[in-house]
Amino acid sequence: MSAEIAIRHTRGSFTLDVAFTAASGGVTALFGPSGAGKTSIVHALAGLMRPAQGRIVLEGRIVLDTAAGIFVPPEKRRIGLVFQDARLFPHMSVERNLLFGWRRSPERAGPDEIARTVALLGLEKLLARAPRHLSGGEKSRVALGRALLASPDILLLDEPLASLDAARRAEILPWLERLRDIARIPIFYVSHSLDEVARLADRVVLLDGGRVTAEGSVFDLLAGLGADKPLGAVLEARAGDIQDGLQTLMFDGGRLLVADAGPMGARVRVRIGADDILIAREAPRGISANNILPVTISKVRLDGPRAEVEMHCGRARLVARVTAASVSRLELAPDVAAFAVIKAVIVEGGGAFPGKV
Amino acid sequence: MRFLTPDEIEALLLSLKIASVAVAVAMPFAIATALLLSRNFPGKTLLDGIVQLPLVLPPVAMGFLLLVIFGTRGGLGGFLKDHFGIVFVFRWTGAVLASAIFTFPFQVRSIRLALEARDSGLDEAARTLGASWLDRLVNITLPLALPGLIAGAITAFAGALGEFGAIITFVSNIPGETRTLPLAIYTALQTPGGEAEAARLSALSIILAFLFLWGAQTIMRHTTEKAGR
Repeated sequence: MSAEIAIRHTRGSFTLDVAFTAASGGVTALFGPSGAGKTSIVHALAGLMRPAQGRIVLEGRIVLDTAAGIFVPPEKRRIGLVFQDARLFPHMSVERNLLFGWRRSPERAGPDEIARTVALLGLEKLLARAPRHLSGGEKSRVALGRALLASPDILLLDEPLASLDAARRAEILPWLERLRDIARIPIFYVSHSLDEVARLADRVVLLDGGRVTAEGSVFDLLAGLGADKPLGAVLEARAGDIQDGLQTLMFDGGRLLVADAGPMGARVRVRIGADDILIAREAPRGISANNILPVTISKVRLDGPRAEVEMHCGRARLVARVTAASVSRLELAPDVAAFAVIKAVIVEGGGAFPGKV
Repeated sequence: MRFLTPDEIEALLLSLKIASVAVAVAMPFAIATALLLSRNFPGKTLLDGIVQLPLVLPPVAMGFLLLVIFGTRGGLGGFLKDHFGIVFVFRWTGAVLASAIFTFPFQVRSIRLALEARDSGLDEAARTLGASWLDRLVNITLPLALPGLIAGAITAFAGALGEFGAIITFVSNIPGETRTLPLAIYTALQTPGGEAEAARLSALSIILAFLFLWGAQTIMRHTTEKAGR
C-alpha cells in the first residue's frame, strides 16, 4: 500500500508538475525552498486544491483522476493534515478538538487507542483546556493528535514546526520521531529545514520551482545539500556498548565512536557536517579525532576554489567540503581509496522522550 | 405597582412579543442571506441592494406596499387566506412581518461581518477531518459567528420595538392586536389629556433601550470570551 501522486497545475506564472510515490509506514519529506510547490502538493493530496490535470491514489483508492472526472472532496478523503498554524477550533476544549475527526471517522478508534494516542503525545493534562491557553508546542501536539484520531489513510504534516522557536521545536521532534517509528500509514513531511528532514525522513522528494529535482533515500540524497552548513552524511545507526567512555555506533559500512548515543540497541540518526569531514590519503596517526573511516571516492565536483568530494564507506554516502587545492594536491579522483576523518557527529533519536517513559 | 395601566402593560408585552417573533423568524433567512453574500456569485450586488432596501424606503410607503400585496383582496394575501387561512392585515402577525422586513438588513449586516471575518483555515481543517458542509456550518461557522448573530439580533430587536410607520399603515392601530409602544404613545398624544401617559410610555421605551444596550454588551463580552477571540 502506498500513495501515488502525479499532478500538473498552472497558476499564474507558476507551474507545478510533479510525480512520485510514497511507501506505507515511512516518512516522505517534501523538501525545497519556499515557493517550490510543497504546500500546493499537500493541498492537492488533501483535496483543498483541485489540480488541472493529474491522478492521486491513496492506499489503493483513487481520490483524483482528472481524465476520468474523479475528484473526492477533502471530507471524504481520510487525510490527516496538520497545518503549520495548528488550526485548533477556538470554541472547543482540547478534548473536543481531539475527538472532532474521531466522531466523523467511519473507522473509529476504540477507547484504548484514544488513550494511547493521548499518551503518545503527552496530552493527558491538557484535555480540559481551551486552545488559547496552550503553548505553541502544545497546540502542535493537539493538532497532531486530532489528525491521528480521525484514523486517516495518510498523514500530511505541513511544516508543523515552522511557527515554533528552536526550543519548542526540540520539544516536538522526539514526539514526531516516535510517531514515525510506530505509524503504519504513509507520512508526508513538508519542511524547508534540512536538519528536520535529516532527522525524521526515510525518503526525500527534492522540489524546486514546481518540479521534482531528485527523489530517493534520505541517506543517499541529503549529503551535500545545504548552502551555509552543508550536510556531509546522514546515517542510520544502532547504539552499541561503551568502552573507555566511548559508545560504539554500528552503521551500514562501519562503526563510529561517540560520547553518548542512548541505551544499547537504540536506533539513532547520525548527522555529520560536510565541513566536519577531513580527507587523508594515508591512515592518519596521532590525531585527536576518534573516527577515521576507510572510504572510496566516487565523485569530485569542483566549484571555483571549493570542491565537494563524494565518498562511500560500505553503503554509506559521505560528502566532504574541501578546497580545490587539496583535491589536486591529494590527487583525489573517483575510485581512489582514502580516509575520512570525522571531527564531529550529531546523534539524535536515542530514545530520550520528554515526559514519562 | 400602579406606574402603568393595564392598557400600557398590554402595549409593552405586545411590543416585546412582536419584536422577538420578528427577530426569530427573520434570523434563519438572515443567516442564509449572509452566507450567500459572504461569497462571490453573479448578481451579488443586486441581492445586496434588495437586502438593504428597507433601510432607505419610507416606512409608510413600505406599509402601503405590504397592504397591497398581503391585503385579503390582493393577489398574494388572497391566495394565502384561501389556501392556508393565513391573514396578515390588521393582525399582530402582520406587525411581525413588517418588523421582520424592516430589521432584516441589521441582522444580515451583522452576521455577514462575522462570517467575513472568520478564519477559513478552520473550515479547511474541519473538512480534512471529515465534516460535511452542514456539519461545518452548525459546528464551526455559526458558533464562531455567534457574537455577530447576537449583535444582529439585538440591533434588530431594538429596531423592531421602534417600528411605527409600516405597522400603522399595514395593520392599523388596534388595541391588544397591533398597538405596540410607539403606536400607544401616538394614540395617547392624540387623546385630550394623554400627555402624562405618553410621557410614561416614552420613559418606558427609553429604559427598555438602555436595558438592551447593557444586556447586549454583557452577552457580547461573554460570548466573545467563550469563542476565544
